[in-house]
Amino acid sequence: MTTRITVDPVTRIEGHLRVDCEVDGGKVTKAWSSGQMWRGIELILQGRDPRDAWVFTQRICGVCTTVHAVASVRAVENALKLEVPLNAQYIRNLIIGAHSVHDHIVHFYHLSALDWVDIVSALKADPKKAATLAQSLSDWHLNSVQEFTQAQQRLAAFVESGQLGVFGSGYWGHPAMKLPPEVNLLAATHYLQALDYQRRINKVVAILGAKTPHIQNLAVGGVANPINLDSQSTLTLEKLYAVKTLIDEVGDFVRQVYFVDVAAIGALYADWTAFGKGVTNYLSVPDLPLDGKGSKFALPGGYIENGDLASFKPISSFQDPYFENGVKESVKHSWYVGGKGALHPYDGETNPHYTDFQDDGKYSWVKSPTFNDQRAQVGPLANVLCMLAAGHEPTKRYAKLMLDTVSAVAGTPVGIGALHSTIGRHAARAIRGAVLYEALAEQWKLLVENISKGDFTTFNRPTFPKGEIRGFGTHEAPRGVLSHWTVIRDGKIANYQAVVPTTWNAGPRDESDRIGPYEAALLDNPVADPEKPLEVIRTLHSFDPCLACAVHMVDTENQEIIRVTAV
Amino acid sequence: MSILVLGLGNILLHDEGVGVHAVEALQQRHRLPPEVSVVDGGTCGMDLLEIIAAARHLIVVDAVKTGAAPGTLVRLAGDQVPAFFRTRISPHQLGLSELLATLTLHGEAPDTVTVIGCVPSDLTTGLGLSPGIATRLDDIVSVVAAELGRLGIPVTAGGWAVLG
Repeated sequence: MTTRITVDPVTRIEGHLRVDCEVDGGKVTKAWSSGQMWRGIELILQGRDPRDAWVFTQRICGVCTTVHAVASVRAVENALKLEVPLNAQYIRNLIIGAHSVHDHIVHFYHLSALDWVDIVSALKADPKKAATLAQSLSDWHLNSVQEFTQAQQRLAAFVESGQLGVFGSGYWGHPAMKLPPEVNLLAATHYLQALDYQRRINKVVAILGAKTPHIQNLAVGGVANPINLDSQSTLTLEKLYAVKTLIDEVGDFVRQVYFVDVAAIGALYADWTAFGKGVTNYLSVPDLPLDGKGSKFALPGGYIENGDLASFKPISSFQDPYFENGVKESVKHSWYVGGKGALHPYDGETNPHYTDFQDDGKYSWVKSPTFNDQRAQVGPLANVLCMLAAGHEPTKRYAKLMLDTVSAVAGTPVGIGALHSTIGRHAARAIRGAVLYEALAEQWKLLVENISKGDFTTFNRPTFPKGEIRGFGTHEAPRGVLSHWTVIRDGKIANYQAVVPTTWNAGPRDESDRIGPYEAALLDNPVADPEKPLEVIRTLHSFDPCLACAVHMVDTENQEIIRVTAV
Repeated sequence: MSILVLGLGNILLHDEGVGVHAVEALQQRHRLPPEVSVVDGGTCGMDLLEIIAAARHLIVVDAVKTGAAPGTLVRLAGDQVPAFFRTRISPHQLGLSELLATLTLHGEAPDTVTVIGCVPSDLTTGLGLSPGIATRLDDIVSVVAAELGRLGIPVTAGGWAVLG
């Protein structure tokens, strides 16, 4: 018998995602991923000054404001063929890297760990045993009996107060929850510690970006951080050293806690390496540019077909036509006026045409992107696989460490093939977190060395020609490939499209009716209890879904309305 | 004592950004004492954790859809606030409710949370408030000022805040 389940909204994400699954014999046999809100943000930008675009685009998304600001200035600089001073690249790189580490920590502990970790079970744990276990895995200084005891007391008080229900789809006691109480306590304790460390890395963004949550320091042509090592109102040595301390503290947490927890929990859920593979064409873009025009990078990117690392083709610059010409978006199954086939983003259109949820027709506000006419998965897994294929040394080192640690805990050899899975996406994100820590330390060093050479330049003034120019800006964001595309006519924006990471992964069926990464990853996913589809949530959350930027527009009146008093 | 006035909303969707416009207006029209911080939170989630953790009293200004006429102002306080966050009348509660729960778990939740809401009229894509809601800004600012007054920070209309 086939059962249809609808998860709407999928919580612990920002934005609004609906997923429908047909379940037969305890497994998902068909899936639909649907963005339930409309995005028409790009329309606002038409006719505006391209130098202002980033201020608006960073409002597209509440979670990753920074990434849209970065991709936007890069798109305009690309159209102008404008180089960016080295200091500006390094400062941007520090912001980008810190933001990514922040995202990865928050994603694991605060947005998805509760799919795997049972908080209620943690109350039954013996804190001494938990500490012994934690100390056998890592030298982290906060793995003491005292820390675990205190965390358990705090959790107990919280559970007794009856507030646990706030944590959305936490399915406590679900049969798919398999961790022993001590591991649950270990993870829950680190959940609390992670709150502190995610704040510290966010401070790096705040110090360099001048303001948080919306950074203020970007400019087309560079950054607006004047550098004067003696003046308090500029980027001083003191501020630079504060940034370094924060990077190192969080680096310790990433390597000694986050990385180890993902390895241990992943090993204890080894069966989940068999689920959630989905689309195995992987796309990522190079990032952390090391020169003014973006032709050398600290982190490589490219494209892998059918999960075969030998098929890797690099994307080698911010101007690479291999990427520029490869992207198209289809609206055949999206609520937009279509009929022109898949369109390149420069020619993209965003004219809404809502039907209703049609299984074989239109069913989402998200468009369907393709790379050289193939569906592609984006995100940390795609990034890590591409960096491995490119021979990136830190990635190779941390990927090996991850697989070795998992193998040791699982007591059986686990190879790289295990990464193509639901749990593998978590492992890849942790590997990327550690790689990013090293990259941050390196970018800091490069910035300080460059300043100490006497180079204080942070901005090259843009000038806009008459006539039409086009440009695209890419960024390997925490959730994967982000690209902004703009057509500028006589110094004003004529067209603007953002192809965001969640669009790549959450897009509905494409022009050829092929399913997207979410939909493919859900196939054969087990579902023990259709009333509590925890397993579906696990696979979706492993992508770090963020619909807030894929789509927008809110109508909440269809929900239960509470009584409120007018003032 | 620290008080945070947090404007939430997406300024790209007309009245959806009313909370952000309201806190900007508050800052323009009143000089506030140092213990009051005013933050444009946009639609951010976890990024706001640190900012909220520092506050004893949180005043959220946001667009809310209650079914009442556009421009209707609502004030939620005390027991009404958890109920507000359990149902979905603000587009942003998904992030904020978890944020507050997380802070409670961490022992850093504000002592009081008050929501000042305005029912929007136009949620289509575009900058700026609809004319009907733009005329409500003065009243929203007054309600927020009254809220500050309740917390011992008298704010005279159009004038300067005086330490209480």
